[in-house]
Amino acid sequence: MLESLLAVKNALPYILQGSLVTVGIVLGAMLIGLALGLPMAVGQVYGTRPIRYTAAIYVWFFRGIPVLVLFFLFYFGLFNALNLNLSAIVTAALVLGLRGVAYQSQIFRGGIEALPHGQLKAARALGMSDTRAVVSIILPQVLRTSIPGWANEYSIVLKDSAIAFVLGAPEILSRTHFVASRTYEHFALYLTAGVIYFCLTWAGVHLLHRLEKKLYIPGYSS
Amino acid sequence: MAEEELLRVEGLSKTISGTSILSDVDMVVRKGDLKVLIGPSGGGKSTLLQCINLLLFPDSGRIVLDGREVTFRRKREVLAYRQQIGMIFQEFNLFDHLNALQNVSIALRKVRRMSSRQAAERAERELERVGIWEQKGLYPAELSGGQKQRLSIARALAMDPAILLLDEPTSALDPELIGEVLAVIRDLSQRGMTMLMATHQMGFARTLAQEIMFMEQGRIVEQGAPQELLSHSGAEQSRTLSFCSKINELYA
Ligand SMILES: Nc1ncnc2c1ncn2[C@@H]1O[C@H](COP(=O)(O)OP(=O)(O)O)[C@@H](O)[C@H]1O
Ligand SMILES: [Mg+2]
Repeated sequence: MLESLLAVKNALPYILQGSLVTVGIVLGAMLIGLALGLPMAVGQVYGTRPIRYTAAIYVWFFRGIPVLVLFFLFYFGLFNALNLNLSAIVTAALVLGLRGVAYQSQIFRGGIEALPHGQLKAARALGMSDTRAVVSIILPQVLRTSIPGWANEYSIVLKDSAIAFVLGAPEILSRTHFVASRTYEHFALYLTAGVIYFCLTWAGVHLLHRLEKKLYIPGYSS
Repeated sequence: MAEEELLRVEGLSKTISGTSILSDVDMVVRKGDLKVLIGPSGGGKSTLLQCINLLLFPDSGRIVLDGREVTFRRKREVLAYRQQIGMIFQEFNLFDHLNALQNVSIALRKVRRMSSRQAAERAERELERVGIWEQKGLYPAELSGGQKQRLSIARALAMDPAILLLDEPTSALDPELIGEVLAVIRDLSQRGMTMLMATHQMGFARTLAQEIMFMEQGRIVEQGAPQELLSHSGAEQSRTLSFCSKINELYA
């Protein structure tokens, strides 16, 4: 018992450093997902037929393939073929990000479709271009209503980031595994890793919940 | 009756998914006119109003605003044209994430490129004009129906439109709130604002409209001064009058 605690105490700084790597991967992935998922959602709702089909194929590709397969496909397959020398960390952020684009676009698409249609019409009637209307009227509302969905997406991406272990990215799980295989304190160390993941999940979701409250607008149910 | 012509619509037609919604509509609105469109639901009033400000594109016909024929082609021209035409919707269509002041100022800033301060000043004047200046910090969900519709009128007026199109502006309101909106419209009319309004408020139309147009199945089937269409004299009852007695029965 005491030995286990000691092992955890000794390994903790090393593992916690890994949580910085994990947070980096997740933040990178979430931002890629946001930056590209939002325009993709707009394309899915308002785009021409070719744009809508392209987006649909993209979404189904990333929705239909396990993350682990995606990691191997990009890291050993695509990036190798393209002679791209990307680190495991960057690869993990990129792959989770590209998959996030697919999932986040669905969150935002739902948000756009849930808005009362008349607002776009009113914006047009005032002389706004469609782009202007989307930027000034539609997206500010969609970003607010999408926060709960986004928090959920964050909690999924955070936990999926552990799969970056297979690429050797020095994140929480890799480091835990490394220490555990030497000290044989498997139970205590993996439990520690679990607690760290739990705390990161809780902190992120809590933060987003606070943001949601801060951005509250009368009349929005969520 | 010597007033200058502001809006001319000629031979306007619109087909939506194979069904003819408007056929060969003609009308003239002179500066300062208040013209009223009435008729059964589904008759094409909303479609006509939306064709006039190019929220929908007519299939054929001409629209002339202030002596200039409207071309439907260039995006820029369409956007500039829409600014000249204020639109009031039955369902208000306010921007839910903006407070009353911002609802009015956003187009001034983003379309007219006014500074925030100028836009806010102008917006405050418009809110004052429709009597909801005190509510300037409230969001649409915090306003009563009548206040919402007055806000949407202020939003349209801020763009200095040449004409206001009103699509049943009081139909979504509780009866006790209709009056405050009609009062604003009456006031605008008395100050010379040109308006084309779809409505079922016959008392209002009778006292204030220069002309009533009765629309059915995508055509204007009768038009004339209220006293002509709504009086019982003449050999046969007008379509307008029989329609009005029907809706009056409903409300009685
Ligand atoms: N987008 C649309 N697609 C198909 N039919 C439509 C559409 N918009 C309106 N219509 C039809 O056009 C007709 C006229 O509608 P509308 O202009 O709303 O009439 P009103 O405003 O007089 O009630 C109705 O029969 C309606 O069903
Ligand atoms: Mg209508």
